[in-house]
Amino acid sequence: MSNRRVRWVIGLVILLAIFAVILLYPLPILMYPGLPFAGLYRRALFIIMLCVIFCLYRIFRGPTAPDRIITIDILGILVVGFCAVLSIPTGRSWYIDIGIAWALQSFIGTLALAKYLEGKDFDE
Amino acid sequence: MIKSRVVLFILAFVAWLLFCWVPDAQDIIAGVFVALLVSILTGDMFVKRPHHFGHLKRYLWFIYYVPIFLWECFKANIDVAYRVGHPDIPIHPGIVKVKTNLKSDTGLTFLANSITLTPGTLSVDIDREKGYIYVHWIEVKSKDVEGATKMIVEKFERILRRIFE
Amino acid sequence: MSNIIGIIFIAIGLVFDFFGCLGLVRLPDVYNRLQASTKCVTLGTCSILFGTFLIVGVSATGVKALICATFLLLTAPVSAHALARGAHKSGVRLWEKSVVDKYQEDGELK
Repeated sequence: MSNRRVRWVIGLVILLAIFAVILLYPLPILMYPGLPFAGLYRRALFIIMLCVIFCLYRIFRGPTAPDRIITIDILGILVVGFCAVLSIPTGRSWYIDIGIAWALQSFIGTLALAKYLEGKDFDE
Repeated sequence: MIKSRVVLFILAFVAWLLFCWVPDAQDIIAGVFVALLVSILTGDMFVKRPHHFGHLKRYLWFIYYVPIFLWECFKANIDVAYRVGHPDIPIHPGIVKVKTNLKSDTGLTFLANSITLTPGTLSVDIDREKGYIYVHWIEVKSKDVEGATKMIVEKFERILRRIFE
Repeated sequence: MSNIIGIIFIAIGLVFDFFGCLGLVRLPDVYNRLQASTKCVTLGTCSILFGTFLIVGVSATGVKALICATFLLLTAPVSAHALARGAHKSGVRLWEKSVVDKYQEDGELK
């Protein structure tokens, strides 16, 4: 039990260090210099990338096939959020179009993979 | 079934207009043709009972349902964040069985979605004939059907029955 | 003003996204991971999209962001449901400390 607490504290310290680096490091602002809070959007992108790294860990380690399929689904939703954040500071509305198309595609793909897991034909 | 096609045409046209915001004349003309094509091809697949779209009471109950649903979603997220962040991961999972009285397709779909997005529950399968839903519960508080039904389903069912039945 | 409220929504969404992915790493079995990740990541991304709508206002980006949020709220639970059913039918059992499994007792409906 104490072993688990020690591991929890170590993980917390590592995560806090990563957050401190993301939030405090003076990132160069390349997009739209006149926009208010332009640096915050870049930090938001970095936090979503951290979530994607967690997902990649689960894809790499996942003991069973359903684990990996779940993670693919979650990755699709995260990419939609990434596109939404990216569309604000650049001012391009077609990033949201990419997000909608990605959401549709990943929904259909997930349903097909779930049917495949059940071991049925696709026309049922 | 001309009525359901008309309803589907209106829904598809509104969705098209939202997708090409701000719409001009070309978009509206193209939208009319696309919505006609969709509503003729897939006429009564989606809209089974078109007279339900004329009842004003259902829309009012739906407006009442949305904030309750969003508040439950928010509570669910706080709950999950607590369980994930706690060092000991306090969970006692299991799959329980709950009973529902809803019969229509849309009602069952919305009930299953609401169950999935509310605190600690995830719908796994539906038995259409007997009206049972199998629910994965992250913190099992009662194993029998009546207790689980009372805690999971009832708060949504009494609203959803008035919207979709 | 709406800029600041939108940024608050985006921050809430990022926190929920982060906890969902943390749950994906920490929780012990497929169904628990599915619960945590589906709930948190769906509402987190919807919150990010709503914040985008508040920041850019009623324009092409904003309306599409609202449509995308509605679509996610409707479809993410459906795919979670299908995945849970598929996982149970493909033979993945519950965590060994689980309390009860009525679904297996009733013999996995056709």
